[in-house]
Amino acid sequence: MSYVKGLKCRECGKEYPKEALHVCELCFGPLEVDYNYEKIKQSVTREIISKRPPNMWRYKELLPIDGEPAVGFDVGFTPLVRARNLEKVLGVNELYLKNDAVNHPTLSFKDRVVAVAISKAKEFDFKVVACASTGNLANSVAANAAACGMESYVFIPADLEQTKILGTLVYGTNVIGIQGNYDEVNRLCSEIAGKYGWAFVNINIRPYYAEGSKAYGYEIVEQLGWRVPKHIIVPMAGGSLITKIWKSFKEFQKIGLIDKVDTKVFGAQATGCAPIITAIKEGTELIRPVRPKTIAKSLAIGNPADGYYSAKVMRESNGWGEDVSDDEIIDAMKLLAETEGIFTETAGGVTLGVAKKLIEQGRIARNESIVVSITGNGLKTQEALVGKIGAPRIINAKLSEFDELIAKEGKVYAVRM
Amino acid sequence: MKKRFYLTYPPELITEPFIYEAGKRYKVVTNVRQASASNKLGLVALELEGEESEIEKAVKFFIDKGIKVEPIELDIVE
Repeated sequence: MSYVKGLKCRECGKEYPKEALHVCELCFGPLEVDYNYEKIKQSVTREIISKRPPNMWRYKELLPIDGEPAVGFDVGFTPLVRARNLEKVLGVNELYLKNDAVNHPTLSFKDRVVAVAISKAKEFDFKVVACASTGNLANSVAANAAACGMESYVFIPADLEQTKILGTLVYGTNVIGIQGNYDEVNRLCSEIAGKYGWAFVNINIRPYYAEGSKAYGYEIVEQLGWRVPKHIIVPMAGGSLITKIWKSFKEFQKIGLIDKVDTKVFGAQATGCAPIITAIKEGTELIRPVRPKTIAKSLAIGNPADGYYSAKVMRESNGWGEDVSDDEIIDAMKLLAETEGIFTETAGGVTLGVAKKLIEQGRIARNESIVVSITGNGLKTQEALVGKIGAPRIINAKLSEFDELIAKEGKVYAVRM
Repeated sequence: MKKRFYLTYPPELITEPFIYEAGKRYKVVTNVRQASASNKLGLVALELEGEESEIEKAVKFFIDKGIKVEPIELDIVE
């Protein structure tokens, strides 16, 4: 049973049928899924949700698929970790990490959006799925397409590093490297999406695809015992995730699962690609495009499609935004790994680095609940750490050399005689 | 065929009539669907209608003049 009424333009409100459309013909505004919340309210309770399997489909009434999912049955319900060691280091009382670094199957939050997009593509009877991506999205589309037997195409800039391509090629997808600068690659992908009758997950399926991110927010609320956090820090690339987390909190309120939403939403970007943060700091509505230069490649989107809307969420929720340098990103990745045993990708270094900054600035209260979004796995961006986290000490295969090393470092351990 | 783009003008080019010029030089119908200009930036949502090769020439003309030409979806390489 579907609770989706259709699509609606975010700008002018014009309504469209439930089809593979993404731009309003009238004003060029982006389209968004429109639900029948009254009906959802009558069908969903905390108890019903709690009894369902621990994956993101436990919130299926609020996701835009009509039938059962075609893929990604185990996606979501990732751990919300109480970060007690980090609390001590940062001097805060209640800190959580929503850890999508262990999302299934490709270790990033993109598995959520792709599971919805491919399920929807199947419902629309598309035979081929595609995306333009340099990282997490490519991995997820390739893996999930393989899992449900669909043909897939992944478009990348031709000069992308080999290590990044392997994690996509392994799933047997068609990887097409495009020669040209970023703008040319971008334009071509849009043209291919317009010309071929494929499900381009982040173009013509985008309204449905983006809704998958809401599950990240629903899970946080449920895992906190059906309450929203007072503060949440969210990474921003295209800016979609932050808007969907806010939407998820508001929807839970709308259908009566929670009483109030008093969360302050904070956006996080790398200093080398911070068009949304710049707009927030300057107090302007206009998002000025930038040329990205940062190690946080998964956030390197210079002209974000949802930039305007993400700035609006930060303002509406009385939150704020901040950016961190590449060195601060690495320090935060190390801090997270050394205190909580979680190895996040550079984007996680951005959110934790920004959280630290905002706490120090007094914008985040030390005695209130805080959630830091961890959206991807550090194993995918290991190159960012090369030469930055020390090296193994090399010894010959002699016990005496190890004894000497330990002694030289001034460490004393009990030994068995 | 019809194609839709966002044109981003740098401040120094905001006053230039490039859309008019493109329409005169190439066989394309230029249709401005939205626009906003400030002293910092000019943004135009433009629909181009014509043969694919003529649209390509018009796009190249804008780029050569220093305008950023993007698909209506903005950045889609995630």
